Amino acid sequence: MYAVRRWSVRHARGLEWAYRWFERTVSALDPVWRRIGYARLEKPVAGVERTIKGFLFDCQMCGQCVLGSTGMSCPMNCPKTLRNGPCGGVRVDGCCEVKPEMRCVWVEAFAGSARICGGQARLRTVQASVDWRLRGRSAWLAQARDLAKGPQ
Amino acid sequence: MNLNFDDIPDDPSLPMPILPGHVSAGRLERVLRAGAFAVTSEMDPPDSANPEEVFARARIFDGYVDAINATDGAGAHCHMSSVAVSALLIRAGYAPIMQIACRDKNRIAIQGDILGGAAMGVCNMLCLTGDGVQAGDHPQAKPVFDLDCMSLLEIARMLRDEHRFQSGRKITSPPRVFFGAVENPLAVPREWRPHRLAKKVAAGAEFIQTQYCFEIPPLREFMNRVEDLGLLDKVFILIGVGPLRSAKSALWMRSHVPGVHIPDAVIQRLAGAEDQQAEGRKLCVELIQEIREIKGVSGVHVMAYYQQEAVAEVIERSGMLQGRVPWYPGIRTQRQPK
Ligand code: SF4
Repeated sequence: MYAVRRWSVRHARGLEWAYRWFERTVSALDPVWRRIGYARLEKPVAGVERTIKGFLFDCQMCGQCVLGSTGMSCPMNCPKTLRNGPCGGVRVDGCCEVKPEMRCVWVEAFAGSARICGGQARLRTVQASVDWRLRGRSAWLAQARDLAKGPQ
Repeated sequence: MNLNFDDIPDDPSLPMPILPGHVSAGRLERVLRAGAFAVTSEMDPPDSANPEEVFARARIFDGYVDAINATDGAGAHCHMSSVAVSALLIRAGYAPIMQIACRDKNRIAIQGDILGGAAMGVCNMLCLTGDGVQAGDHPQAKPVFDLDCMSLLEIARMLRDEHRFQSGRKITSPPRVFFGAVENPLAVPREWRPHRLAKKVAAGAEFIQTQYCFEIPPLREFMNRVEDLGLLDKVFILIGVGPLRSAKSALWMRSHVPGVHIPDAVIQRLAGAEDQQAEGRKLCVELIQEIREIKGVSGVHVMAYYQQEAVAEVIERSGMLQGRVPWYPGIRTQRQPK
């Protein structure tokens, strides 16, 4: 929901902290997930993730979450699905070029990241292109699996 | 500074040698690296399958511009493709800047176009996101946006410097291309724009062409921030300018062309003038002269939709070339003693 999404960005600081804590917990539980089987968990976990993140952030389930680097404003709500900052078409009032009734997600991201400790620095890192195969899959489980695997 | 390009082969469609420290065989890179104030412009791509229309439109710029942008569905409108316009311009000996927008093509098509364009002799490519389809004449089209301009730049550089596709598969001969990107210094959030530029430079942009800039103080502020970020010796910045035809067309552009900001003062000035078209050109000349003085600006990008003939006039009157005549295919025959 648009109003909730904007509320989330306004409360980016607390949410980012809680989100990070939550992600760490999910990742720490890797042995449990492994015992149950990641494949078997995929569907139910993705369902829960979709509900929670959908409510809070209008999450589009890209499966490769970057919320922490975008001030808790989901970049997949950008009609151009930009992951690296606003296009040049942002309107003078801060609204989106494509959807004038919506605030540009990157104007929001900029405001949100100012509230997060170190957020602006994260906004400046170049994000990789989207892997569209991950669409609809759980980013939480992917994260847990990656962290358990350790640095590549 | 030798910008006579004596090493251009007799057939100007063939590539020049690549100078040490250069990434491309192009004239634009040479002009910029030599420290000359560069001028680029944009061709209105024909709605036609006739190559003569491309040549005729290019000739208008003869002796005034260092490179010509071949737009890729600018404003989300259908036209002859940027790859084809670029290839035709190369054939005639011009220096095109092939635009690549993320709106219409996925990464498979884009990487193919980079290789194909380079194979045909294109030395400059401009990576951009592209306007949304809602802005054009086919709003019912599917927007692609598989990549954003940042990942496009990274992939382009990977092809050139690491000789591989994004997939990791090797290519045998890399595209020797000078890659650029765009920026809109006056768009919100303004504090963020210099950082976005830094990101583009980090991703691989070697030159930047900006959207129209009709306000000097915020542009100066932007350039100061860019300097503070230490970017001035990493990237060449060409500022977008252009003659406005009338107050009415300025208002139309402001509300219909994404990313164009025209202050009220400019519109009032045009509306108050007797000859609005002349006033628009005068304003453009004044802007160029002011922009030229801003530290870190390497040139201007002159955009004049459907009044291409105005480009030569504003360049001439601004005096920015200081007697330099940018190379063009007919220059040799012109210079021969009678
Ligand atoms: S204005 Fe903002 S939300 Fe809209 S397309 Fe551009 S970057 Fe995306």
